[in-house]
Amino acid sequence: MIAFLTKRLMHAILVMFVISVLAFAIQGNLGDPIQQMVGQSVPESEREALRERFGLNDPFHTQYLRFAANALQGDFGFSYFYREPALDVIARHLPATLELVFGATLIIVLLSVPIGVYSAIKPRSPISRFFMGVSIIGISVPVFLTAIVLIQIFSIGMTVSLFPQDTAWGSWLNGFLSTEGGMPSFGRGQDLTHMVGYWDSNLFTLGGLRHLALPSIALASIMLPLFIRLIRAEMQEVLQSEYVKFARAKGISLRRIYFVHALKNTLLPVITVGGVQIGTMVAYTILTETVFQWPGMGLMFIDAINRADIPLIVAYLMIVGVIFVVTNTLVDLVYGMVNPTVKLTGKPA
Amino acid sequence: MSLLNVTDLDVRFALRQGEVRALRNVSFSLDRGERLGIVGESGAGKSVAAFSLLNLIAKPGFIAGGSIRFDGQELNGMSERCLRKIRGNRISMIFQDPMMTLNPVLSIGEQMVECLKAHRRISSREARTIALHKLQQVQIPSPETRLDQYPHELSGGMRQRIIIAIALLLDPDIIIADEPTTALDVTIQAEIMALLLELCEKHNVGLILITHDLGVVSQVTQRMLVMYAGRVIEEGPTREIINDPQHPYTQGLMNALPQMATPGERLNQIPGSMPSLSKLPSGCAFHPRCGFVKRADGQPRRACHDVIPDFVESGNCRVACHMVAEMLNGEPSLAKEETP
Repeated sequence: MIAFLTKRLMHAILVMFVISVLAFAIQGNLGDPIQQMVGQSVPESEREALRERFGLNDPFHTQYLRFAANALQGDFGFSYFYREPALDVIARHLPATLELVFGATLIIVLLSVPIGVYSAIKPRSPISRFFMGVSIIGISVPVFLTAIVLIQIFSIGMTVSLFPQDTAWGSWLNGFLSTEGGMPSFGRGQDLTHMVGYWDSNLFTLGGLRHLALPSIALASIMLPLFIRLIRAEMQEVLQSEYVKFARAKGISLRRIYFVHALKNTLLPVITVGGVQIGTMVAYTILTETVFQWPGMGLMFIDAINRADIPLIVAYLMIVGVIFVVTNTLVDLVYGMVNPTVKLTGKPA
Repeated sequence: MSLLNVTDLDVRFALRQGEVRALRNVSFSLDRGERLGIVGESGAGKSVAAFSLLNLIAKPGFIAGGSIRFDGQELNGMSERCLRKIRGNRISMIFQDPMMTLNPVLSIGEQMVECLKAHRRISSREARTIALHKLQQVQIPSPETRLDQYPHELSGGMRQRIIIAIALLLDPDIIIADEPTTALDVTIQAEIMALLLELCEKHNVGLILITHDLGVVSQVTQRMLVMYAGRVIEEGPTREIINDPQHPYTQGLMNALPQMATPGERLNQIPGSMPSLSKLPSGCAFHPRCGFVKRADGQPRRACHDVIPDFVESGNCRVACHMVAEMLNGEPSLAKEETP
């Protein structure tokens, strides 16, 4: 276990080194930072002096080493726009993003397992076919469109008058399909619970949860169909296996076969994929947060790019790198606990 | 009345190109404590027969007709609920490949205890004690530690011993063993077979042994069935069939044994291969490969091409062959069923 963690730590250091080089390398390609700092009116001689002072004329590796040394001490430089340490800016935006990802993950886990298992057990039932059809749409429609449709239906509300209003069924259908709207679709709202430090939470008040609902659904919409299909495919394969047949020959109840024998084996590959996808979801928040003006890291990152706020961009990339490395390590730990054939060792397999 | 009576079992597979008949008119019986061998080439329907007894054939397969009477109850058409009480409890199974049969993520103990708890109202601790006892019976070293181990920590032979222990857990009346030693190392095969035989004798358990190893059949079983293309073609006491096979196919199988060949010459074989079940030849399904479709005088025997042979009694055996029937009665036997 210790050996495994040590090995993973060394991997993590290597990965972070590569990310930092890449992140740092984009600095020179996002416009002139001096221009961003001082504007148009400052004469060239003063600009040159500033450049010299900030070390921008030094060779790349000198600049990188200086950056890396500072970064190791938690100093990613000052955000040009916020005029405060980049890491503080990120820390302020991180909780909102993590709560959004948490909400989406919760939706995905709670829905994908039952739907996936059901459609594997009863592949021909109309309900399974319905979910498979919807999931294809879910995979194909981009998040920002889903988000806008959600806002139209649940926030603005819509009046349906497609069906003849003068018939009973028509007016019922119109009423059934029309929505009141009213769900919040802008930002995190006011009902936040202060936790610690920069962490204000949406999770503990009804108002907060209402604000979290639509963004979470939108973010989940892209991953949920993927997981439903993954679980269904894995489960169907497991149900064909010899050990499931043997369990039936032993006289074990179908319920136990499905939920103990089959589901446990089904979830092994799902855990692996799921871990990677949680990292990816952090990246997807950029789109969701933009549509819902959710004040998290994703929205902050887009703003930072528009403002060429380079220290903030670099710091964001580094933090996302850390999140990926941490979630992947956690996933491997969980996988090792669930799968008895895996032993966590430092040795290569 | 025997313990198990299978009559005219008819199993079909509903495929896109139409129904394929995997078993036709398969009948046999098994007495308490009796050991029956079912032999035949791959695809003859041996495993389908084994799995359909407990209605465990996978879709699109289904039992289209016939009767499976076990201890006074009819298993064909019995509800899943009632069948479950028989599976693993009164009739248990041993599968072919021990590497695939145990669930990789459940411990040996869990897989044994769940089986006991599915059929008896007992505590986990009692179940564990019984499991431990059965592991001792199958001569597994340090059974206590095995209970907490996972399948991947054990060798193939060891796993098959555990599967035998699971099959014996509830002291069943019948064990159906579907090629229990085929996937094992040759040196382990004899050990496992001897163990299975010993335990069946000791506990008076009936055994249906499916195999294509005629050596094993002759050592272990008292009676045997020979199957070809979904039908039983010869049935009788094992010793008699092995010593004096009547059906040309059974004779071919015997001749194909490596021991029967002259050293330094090619091994004997039956020409051709088993027909596909969806394209069975007319008449006797074996006639295209049979050396006796022509009479001794060179005249073709029309019945072999046109009529499905019915069983004729020959000593203690039953044989479905026109040639044998002719030798016994002087005329070909006519089947109940016409050629489709």
